[in-house]
This record gives sequence, C-alpha cells and structure tokens, in this order.
Amino acid sequence: MIRFENVSVTYDGRPEPTVRGIDFEVPEGELVLLVGPSGVGKSTVLGAVSGLVPHFTGGTLSGRVTVAGRDTRTHKPRELADVVGTVGQDPLAHFVTDTVEDELAYGMESLGLSPAVMRRRVEETLDLLSLADLRDRPIATLSGGQQQRVAIGSVLTPHPQVLVLDEPTSALDPAAAEEVLAVLQRLVHDLGTTVLMAEHRLERVIQYADQVALLPSPGAALTLTSPAEAMAVSPVTPPVVDLGKLADWSPLPLTVRDARRRAGDLRDRLAARSPEIREPRTSPADPRPAAPPRRRWFNRTARPAAPQGPHTAEVRGLTVTRDRIRALHEVGLTVSPGETVALMGRNGAGKSTLLNSLVGLITPTRGTVEVHGRTPHRTPPPELIRHVGLVPQEPLDLLYADTVAAECAAADADAEAAPGTCRALVTELLPGVADDTHPRDLSEGQRLTLALAVVLTARPPLLLLDEPTRGLDYAAKARLVTVLRGLAAEGHTIVLATHDVELAAELADRVVLLAEGEIIADGPTAEVVVSSPSFAPQITKILAPQQWLTVTQVRQALV
Amino acid sequence: MTDTGHTERSCGQSCRWGGTGGRSGTRQAPASAPTPRRPQPSRTRHAPASTPLHPGAWWLWALSLGTAATRTTNPLLLTLLIATSAYVVATCRQNAPWSRSYNTFLKLALAVIALRFAFAVLLGSPIPGTHTVVTLPEVPLPDWAQGIRLGGRVHAEALVFAFYDGLRLATLLICVGAANSLANPTRLLKCLPGALYEMGVAVVVALTFAPNLIADVQRLRAARRLRGRPDRGFKGLLQVALPVLEGALERSVALAAAMDARGYGRTADVPPAVRRTTSALTLGGLLGVCAGTYGVLTAEGGTYGLPVLLLGLTAALVGLRLGGRRAVRTRYRPDPWDLRAWLVTGSGVAVTALMFLAEAENPAALEPSVIPLTAPTLPLWPAAAILLALLPAFVAPAKASPKPSPKPTKEPS
Repeated sequence: MIRFENVSVTYDGRPEPTVRGIDFEVPEGELVLLVGPSGVGKSTVLGAVSGLVPHFTGGTLSGRVTVAGRDTRTHKPRELADVVGTVGQDPLAHFVTDTVEDELAYGMESLGLSPAVMRRRVEETLDLLSLADLRDRPIATLSGGQQQRVAIGSVLTPHPQVLVLDEPTSALDPAAAEEVLAVLQRLVHDLGTTVLMAEHRLERVIQYADQVALLPSPGAALTLTSPAEAMAVSPVTPPVVDLGKLADWSPLPLTVRDARRRAGDLRDRLAARSPEIREPRTSPADPRPAAPPRRRWFNRTARPAAPQGPHTAEVRGLTVTRDRIRALHEVGLTVSPGETVALMGRNGAGKSTLLNSLVGLITPTRGTVEVHGRTPHRTPPPELIRHVGLVPQEPLDLLYADTVAAECAAADADAEAAPGTCRALVTELLPGVADDTHPRDLSEGQRLTLALAVVLTARPPLLLLDEPTRGLDYAAKARLVTVLRGLAAEGHTIVLATHDVELAAELADRVVLLAEGEIIADGPTAEVVVSSPSFAPQITKILAPQQWLTVTQVRQALV
Repeated sequence: MTDTGHTERSCGQSCRWGGTGGRSGTRQAPASAPTPRRPQPSRTRHAPASTPLHPGAWWLWALSLGTAATRTTNPLLLTLLIATSAYVVATCRQNAPWSRSYNTFLKLALAVIALRFAFAVLLGSPIPGTHTVVTLPEVPLPDWAQGIRLGGRVHAEALVFAFYDGLRLATLLICVGAANSLANPTRLLKCLPGALYEMGVAVVVALTFAPNLIADVQRLRAARRLRGRPDRGFKGLLQVALPVLEGALERSVALAAAMDARGYGRTADVPPAVRRTTSALTLGGLLGVCAGTYGVLTAEGGTYGLPVLLLGLTAALVGLRLGGRRAVRTRYRPDPWDLRAWLVTGSGVAVTALMFLAEAENPAALEPSVIPLTAPTLPLWPAAAILLALLPAFVAPAKASPKPSPKPTKEPS
C-alpha cells in the first residue's frame, strides 16, 4: 500500500540528508508504528507519504514513494487527498471550519463527492467515532481527546486507504488516548485501513502495532520487523520492555498482560524487598503534617494564621470561575518544602488553572493562595519570580529573544542575577547549545530546558511545570528527570501537571488527582496511582499488588 | 423513511458498514454514485429542529432593518428598532462563539453615541441654538483654523441633534451585530459561487487569524509575568509582537499544509479554450462594470453608461459561472432557502419599504424637529411597521440547545 524505494530527503540549506536510503513497504490493512528518538526524521517519512514532503516543505527527495500505486513525485498532496489522510500532533492546526459536522464534511467537499454520499458518510463517521452528540458543537469548545477524534474523523470521511498519524496521543490524558487508539484499532480491524503512526509514548501504542519501523539514529537505515524484535534493539523502549530486558524474558513482553503472566517469578523475588521510597527533604524544624490535607482544611480555623507558615505554598478554598465555567472548586492544597507533587487528571480538569493561580496569572474568584506568605496575584512580578517560577505548556511563550545568548542576558537582567548566571545554567542543563542558536530552532526538549534555565535564574524555591514531557522522547525525558531530581535534592519544591504516568512515577513523592475542578485524591504516589486503573504506571500494573512504580526501583531492589 | 441516516444509525455496526461494498465502489467513482434509494427528503423533514436558517436570510433581514434606520432620526422609532432586533437576537441566536459578538456591537454602538456627544460638546455644532446648557472655556485658535471652534457655548439643540444622529448610527451598527450573531459568517461564505469558493476559504482563514492573534497576544503578555516583567503597558506589547507573529506564521503554515493534504485547491480538467474564455469574460466584464459605473455617475455618460454596465455585469457573471466548472467542490448540506427564509427576509424588506413610504408621506414625523426643540412623538403606523420585524422570533426561534451545558469544556473526553 505504501512503498518507499531508496528514499533520501535533503532539506534546503542542510548539508546532510535528513533521512537516507529508506526502503520499506507497508502492506494493506496493517498498523505500522514508526519508532525512533527525536530528530531521526520520523516526521519527514510521514510527510513523504502524504506528499507534503517535498511538495509543501521544499527540499529534494530522491528515490520513489508510491501510495496505492500513485507516485508522490507526480501527485501533489491535494491529488493524494482521497487515498491518504494525515493527522498531525496539534489538532487545532488541522481544522478549517468551526463546527464538528462541517469539519467532517470538508474533505469530501473538496473531493467533490455527491451530497447524498457525504451525508451518509458523515453520519457513519459520527457513529464510528462516537461523535454523534457533538455534531453541532463548535470545535473550539471540545476537549483535547474530542478534538483529536474529530481530526481523525475529518480525514476518515473521504475513505482514505492510508491513515498517517504524527503523535496522535501526545497531548492527551491516558483515558482520551485509549479512546483514540481504540478508534484506530477499529479502523484497522473493521475497515482494513492501513495506518502508519509515529508516537513517542510507546507504552500506549506498542501493543496495537502489527509491525515496527525502526529508525535507530539519524541517517540510519530503516528496518521493518515485528514489534518484539524491534524492541530488543530499539534505543527507545517503554517500561514494560525495560522490565522484560531486566528480567531476561524472551521473547520480550509488549503488553502489561504478557508481562504479568511471566512476572510470577519476579514478584516472588521482590516479595521480601520493598521499594525504596524517596523521602521528601523536610527539615526537622517543620515536620511534615501527618494528617491528610482534607482534614487540615477543616482544622484551619483552629490554627493561628501564620504569615510565614511551614509550607512553600498553601491554597485554601480556591474557586476559580471563568466565562461562567467553574475551573476549580473549593481546592485546598499545601505543598511542603522539598516535596515533588504531580497534579494529574483529564484534559480540562483544572491542573493548569491551579498552576496559573500559584503564579498569579489567574485571580481567584474565592479562596486564598499563598506562596511563601505572599499572595501571588498581588505581588509585583519582579519580586514574585524569586519565590515561584512556572515553565508553561508551550516553553516558547517564555522566550522572546532571537538567540540563546540574548535570552540568557535578558533573564539575568529580569532576575537581577549576576551576568552569566543563566548561561551557566544552560551550559549545565543543556550542554552543547551555541550562543547564536534561535530558540525556535531547538528541539522540544531543548526549548523546555532553556525555559527551565530562564526560570531558574531567579532561584525560585517553588518550581512549577505544566505538561513538561509533551513531545519528548525517552532520552529527553530521562534527562529532564535527572535535572528535576537534582533540583529537588537541592531543596526546590516542584509541582508538575502531567498526563505522563511514567514521569509521575519516576519523580513525584505525592500525587494529587483532579477531576472537574475538584481534588479527588491526594497522597503518596504509590498509594494513589496503584488504585487507579488509568493513572497506574506499567510496572505497577505488572507487579501489583506490590507497590513498585518504576524499572529503576526494581533494578535497585534486585541488585 | 427507512432510508435516512437515522434509521441506519440504530441498526448496529454490521449494517452500518454494510455500505462497505459501496465504499470501494464510491472510491472509484465518487461523484457519480448518489445512491438512488436515497432521495433528499430527510433534510426538510427535520428542518425546523436541526438546520439553522439560511444565513443570507438573516443578513438581508438585518440589513433591511439597518436601511430602515437610516430613514429616521426619531429616537422612539430607533429605540423600537433596537429593541426589536435585540428581542429577535435573544430568541433566535444559537449557543455558539460567534453569537457572543452582539454584546461587542452593543458596546461599539454606545461608544459611537458617546463620541458623537463629545464632538458636539467640544467642537460645537452647525446647529444654531438658544438654550445654552453650559459654557465651556473656549480655546482661542489661530487665524488659519477659522471655522473650527474648541469649547464655548453648548446648546441643548446641538446635544439633542447629536444624540439623534448618534443613535441612528448606533442602530445601524446594532443591526449588523444582530446579523453577525444570528448567522455564522462562515456559513454565509459557503453560499458563494463555486469559482469564488477558494477566495472564500482564504477570507474565512483570515477571519480566524485575528482572534487567534489576539488570544496569542494575551497569553504572551500574561507570560511576561513569569519573566518578572510587568504584564501591562505598551512596551510589553511591543516585545511580544515578534514572537506572536512568528507563532501566527507557524500556525498558518501548518494549516496550509493540512488544507493541502485534505484536497484544498483540487481542480477539474477543463479545455484550454474554456479557460481562456473564462478569463476573457471575467476581465472584460469587470472592465465593463468599471466603465459603466463611471458612465452612470458622470453627466456625459448618460447614454452609454447603463448598457455598458449591464453588459459588463452579464459578462462577469457568465465568466464566474464558467469558472465554477474548474472547481470540483460539492456542498455538504447547503442551507435550504425555505419558507422560513422567505418569511424572515420578507419581514425585513417590508419594514424598509414601509419606512420609505412613511417618509414620503409624513417626513416630519420621522425627523422630529430640533429647532425649535420639541418632544418627539411616536408615529403610530411606522411603529407598527417596525414591529413586523419581530416575525423571525416566531418563525425561526433557536432550538433548545441539546444541553444547557453551563461548562462546555468540562465534558469527559
């Protein structure tokens, strides 16, 4: 269905080809997962299928790509629109119209299908993707998972034989990701659609793949093998495979179920040991309160109001209402010094709102927020950044200058730090970035780290991160974990909002679950995630009822 | 009615995709397979429930009211017009983002009245008056600024005149706002002829560009707080300008790629002869329209003006029609121009016609005199005519929204 014959792509102004000698064929009706670290040219390969590379992006493509018998050299993307459907990482960049039904019809209108056919297919697709209730809704009011489903639906209606997806679940919470993947599964099984997909979060998708196309490093040849074989040699692997490698299982398990069936032995070996819990660094002067926060909230009247309390941040009865939408309702949360807290919950559960309240971007409708005894939204920004710093979801929001050096100089000036402070941080966190690089030319992980360095220049004791692993591969994520662990060890308090259960398991001492703007669970990571089917990391699912969270813990215990 | 999508929906997955055979069939010959057992009726059947009114009808209705407003300065009639349009907007608008533009237009209208007042107070007015309300200190101006006055006496007559005048403009704006919030502007563009469709999409994309840009500016200005810089002030705006533009450009490129991959700009093969004829007709027609308009507007062109204008218009329209052949596009559920659309448009046009009639018959009632100052009276039958514009509220009320959804973004995904 998709055939690459010795394809190399060189973008204008680059000395080296981005991908070289790609040679593979995807048979009809298979779901093929494209796997590899950041920057090996996965997006280029995907773009070549839809013809966007090189017709839209420019550059030179040598070799031949054929899709359903059509050569992309002679067919422009618009002439392939009836055989290839493409969905990118950001569904919002994909929408042309503003309501769900119109969006589903748009592709068919462009192809000139008859009104009766269009009507039937829209109804069919609404049912297939469970979008019938949303048909008249403006797209802007949908949640992330719903938007991604609409985006997939909008390319499905012309009945393409090939579906190309670039990180379809990166921005989604675990439940929404399941929902999208279930739809893909159904397309492959019921309709025989051929799917080629790239995704960094392998733990979510690997079990659905028929074959894996592995691009191990930039310029390397692409190999197409069974998932288990590919995982044995892949530089990027999900936790379940890591555990399989650790325990020397062969063939490697790809799903939690496979691994669980094999894990009896391992569980026995681990039974006597207990996971090494990272104790939050609390000074003896302010012992961590034993009572859960909810009780504390009721007790607050009994306690004398202390402006410089023992907590880094204290949120009491916080309600935020925006555009008549209740984003947060009566939220109470205290964060002690040195703690790492993960905020989890669905898209739109109020995680970002809570973080933004802590840095004063949002004024509470009711309730109080205190960070180091200060009210963030009333504190002047130059003073506030010394107490709390936020790395936003899109790190570029924080970067204004056109070179890394200028950005660092500006950060030093903003924070009134000694010149060179920020640059030293960048060099420490992100070795090998030249001064004159434009922040937009950095990779996702590098941008995040630069933004982190900018925020850290003011040395805020409380560090907030909003969805830090979006678009990061495992290597970048591992570097981030190391950096954040180091900061926590230095005494920084870290609060991060994330969908990434594996990251939360690696980093957090405590997990706070939000739903509909309310806190529904708050406790040590192991306790909270073990009891939740969607927020439990893979290792926990495999080794339950024992409370292991990460491969690292298991490895340390076995040594 | 076993042949509608609705029945099909209820019969489960196996027969839902029972059309799979038809699927491969439609893939080869997509446009040529309007299944014969599937006539069009389902659309009109549940028209009142699900299809919105044709956007053109709303615009014609609102513009008619606006035209009616230009015929009078009677504040009572103008207020009645505003109230009428507001009532219709309140009963007929859907719960959608574009519906919220009405408030913006209301604020704009108030600003217009305030501005008109301010000018009348500060710069004086050509209206002579006898009732002095207040005397402002007059700013002496040099000789070359003769005829301009700053400050001085403010007469009640001038104020009343300014109010009437401002109110008329405000009514016009509010009518446009009503059209905006009642009809989705992008749906209106869908009604363009095929040849203009791609231009229409470009306009739509450009229209969404501005709100996105504003949202970006707000987000980035807020983010300045995170860098420890004040988030207000002009300097802050300047500093985020470049990142905002870069972001907007990136988004536009992403959207262009998505549109290209979804078949935007596909064209059918037409013989070169037809293509050349199209170009010639369109260009020639437009030239004709220009020349004809010039002829009609100038004194000398009385004889040739009108014929040339008509000829040019015809040529341009034929050109557009031919150009439509190149477009392979079809329309998904075009809004039908049904009885309701006729009624809504008719009510608006009737109001305008009756206002013109009233003006011809009794101009004094529609333009209450300012000198001498008199209290405006409500002319009875023009007022009754305006109430005709309430018809849409009964013909095309908004359907009860499926969910009152006080928090639309909070649904489980």
